[in-house]
Amino acid sequence: MAQSQHREGIAAGRLAPPQYADNFSDLHPPLDRHEAVVEADRCYFCYDAPCMQACPTEIDIPLFIRQIATGNPLGAARTIFDQNILGGMCARVCPTETLCEEACVREAAEGKPVQIGRLQRYATDAAMAAGRQFYERAAPTGRRIAVVGAGPAGLACAHRLAVRGHDVTIFEARPKPGGLNEYGIAAYKATDDFAQAEVDYVTEIGGIAIDYDKALGRDFSLAELVATHDAVFLGMGLAGVNALNAGGEAAQGVGNAVDFIAELRQASDLAAIPVGRRVVVIGGGMTAIDAGIQSKLLGAEEVTICYRRGKEHMNASQMEQDLAASKGVLIRHWLQPKRVLTEGGRVTGIEMEYTGMRDGRLAGTGETVVIEADQVFKAIGQSFDPAPLNGSGNMIALERGRIKVDAEGRTSMAGVWAGGDCVADAREDLTVAAVAAGRDAAESIHRTLTADGRA
Amino acid sequence: MADIRSDFVGIRSPNPFWLASAPPTDKAYNVIRAFKAGWGGVVWKTLGEEGPPVVNVNGPRYGAIWGADRRLLGLNNIELITDRDLYVNLREIKQVKRDWPDRAMVVSIMVPCEEAAWKAILPLVEETGADGIELNFGCPHGMSERGMGSAVGQVPEYVEMVVRWCKQNTRMPVITKLTPNITDIRKPARAAFAGGTDAVSLINTINSITAVDLDNFSPEPSIDGKGTHGGYCGPAVKPIAMNMVAEIARDPETRGLPISGIGGITTWRDAAEFMALGAGTVQVCTAAMTYGFKIVQEMIDGLNNWMDAKGHSSLDDIVGRAVPNVTDWQFLNLNYVAKAHINQDLCIKCGRCHIACEDTSHQAITAVVDGARHFEVKEEECVGCNLCVNVCPVEGCITMEPLAAGALDRRTGMPVEPVYANWTTHPNNPAARQAAE
Repeated sequence: MAQSQHREGIAAGRLAPPQYADNFSDLHPPLDRHEAVVEADRCYFCYDAPCMQACPTEIDIPLFIRQIATGNPLGAARTIFDQNILGGMCARVCPTETLCEEACVREAAEGKPVQIGRLQRYATDAAMAAGRQFYERAAPTGRRIAVVGAGPAGLACAHRLAVRGHDVTIFEARPKPGGLNEYGIAAYKATDDFAQAEVDYVTEIGGIAIDYDKALGRDFSLAELVATHDAVFLGMGLAGVNALNAGGEAAQGVGNAVDFIAELRQASDLAAIPVGRRVVVIGGGMTAIDAGIQSKLLGAEEVTICYRRGKEHMNASQMEQDLAASKGVLIRHWLQPKRVLTEGGRVTGIEMEYTGMRDGRLAGTGETVVIEADQVFKAIGQSFDPAPLNGSGNMIALERGRIKVDAEGRTSMAGVWAGGDCVADAREDLTVAAVAAGRDAAESIHRTLTADGRA
Repeated sequence: MADIRSDFVGIRSPNPFWLASAPPTDKAYNVIRAFKAGWGGVVWKTLGEEGPPVVNVNGPRYGAIWGADRRLLGLNNIELITDRDLYVNLREIKQVKRDWPDRAMVVSIMVPCEEAAWKAILPLVEETGADGIELNFGCPHGMSERGMGSAVGQVPEYVEMVVRWCKQNTRMPVITKLTPNITDIRKPARAAFAGGTDAVSLINTINSITAVDLDNFSPEPSIDGKGTHGGYCGPAVKPIAMNMVAEIARDPETRGLPISGIGGITTWRDAAEFMALGAGTVQVCTAAMTYGFKIVQEMIDGLNNWMDAKGHSSLDDIVGRAVPNVTDWQFLNLNYVAKAHINQDLCIKCGRCHIACEDTSHQAITAVVDGARHFEVKEEECVGCNLCVNVCPVEGCITMEPLAAGALDRRTGMPVEPVYANWTTHPNNPAARQAAE
């Protein structure tokens, strides 16, 4: 198939069929029992453990690792799920190298942290394989809560509300649940349809209904939700994609990295996904890395990620950058897009301008370089689209372009909470942070609903 | 280069590392492999009296406990003495000794507590050309139920009696192997000494159950759902063994009695420690059974290097050197004051020192200083107990620093006294002797 791999333009089927399965297999295969016990043995069971402090959901990591070490993986899973009901996905997609594993004292001691993420997966996989549910719903409260978005924030919120005895309806704009877990993560990080399996596991507790293809502002309004529910949680994520603001952006072959990633995850046949012979990805975050690596894995000959600042400024972790490099993706720094070059309406390359810091600000130097490309992905960030909120006739206060919330996740509108990527809070835009926000908002909702004497 | 040749009660070996009487020394094949690997000597696995050999169980013989990464810390066994024919063993012993004349060949013996039985076997062993015998008064399982092994070792009068029989009936040096399953190890040692033994060796294994199978509630090792106590050995028993060696070494009644040290010796360092406490040779079993015979190379080299580094030229320079420093608690210097010190450059901030001290000791280590995670000793609370040193995962990070005489002990608010003073003269001791007026 060598001939087709080097075909010009954007083409599907660049690789021999078995190569796709190899390329998109589990990035970090599960630990077997021996590996898990050996790794768990390495944990020092620290006091007030730094890993736990670094975890946005504050999982009691030393305890769950000790439970693995003592042959109690189901107990370990319960310790994880107590804090993070999406602990299975977080074990796969968390940038542990900048969270728990960066804080691990063995990182300080030897530069080799305990593999907390993989141990977490070992425990959560064991519980899910055993079909073990750890939570029972409290007595029904009769309260009905609407959750907008079946992503990590919405699912975590819904699960905790269900545990507390409330009834939850999740309104999901897409045909499948999971949010970014289903649509926004590189395929090799969540193999075997894990996102859907996890949603099934989470919703098995009962009391959670999911209404698909229902988008806020299109199919219903916030005012309607507020009127018909005791509380509302907004966890709809970021719908907007930032533009390049470079000439030629509309050309055929220029696309959003998030759409490419979603298409890949939904594809039943990876060989059917077209990819350029030469691909340029603009951006420096995880999305850029995921798009770049997956382009390469689909058979692109040259993949270049261009980032307008230096290596040290990239949002993608070192581990992600190294992964990209190991797959043959070239990461170039201090380059910003100037103009997409086209021929007959199709992309032929992109003209990049060198950048540098001038007077403390990023600025183009005026020098340019052309990188040949037949496909360009934009991965320069996503933005919150407030239009669906306004469509309800009610205004919710925004902050820095996202929904403003207080420490408990309450918005400016009474009875409405929000969390995850759609809010402006101190949390990072990470699955695990969204889970924490959803969980905490659920507790706030529960306190509010039960404190007013009606429950 | 230090000279590590050993002459132990007239038994010469190129180094002091012997294999203990156990499965690794049950037959010529193993012993030859051991000698090829460099072992200085062996104590051949215990021979019983002539006749049908003993039988062993046909299921598991060993149980164990493990540390991190399944490192074997303690092993127990329910194997009995050799289950091979006496004459096969004797022939092999004779051949191996002939082929390896520079290695120590000691033969372990266990026969019933009757003089005739000993009189019968001693000439047979002597005829092999073996360098000496070791009396197995130690095995705590199986044979003890038949009045042998530790059943003898636990009764000093029997020990003395059997040793005397042996001394009267053979020219070979007699090493009496002692059981630790006894309250005061000095009693059987004194008895062996009184009987004329040339040396003692210790410890034999400790009565133990290593584990219980929680599915069928059988002790391990499990034989068809039942288990029995076995003899415990390996690194976990080393502290017990060293204390018993030291107790004998410093006992005025047995002073000078040669000792062959046994119990969890795994490295040259373990060996050197036993020797410092009075052992002239050391015997190894579990370490070889865990890692194979090759470990002796590290032991020989490590002992040599340490002796060279410290200027010790022969084993005589090190054997017993720590014995004068083993004393009774009442003679420890109560005016010696040490405080823990945490090296912040080495600290990895695991906090185990803090929580150990906070939960279980003296609340003398911080967790947070100026809002940051920081572990530091509060000298005004520190009693110098050493627990933090022992729980710290980083060697050398926490050290015990003695306070100089005259320095302020911030816990007591008193300066450190410059003179030695112990409990015997302490004012809180109701039995304290008054100094002469």
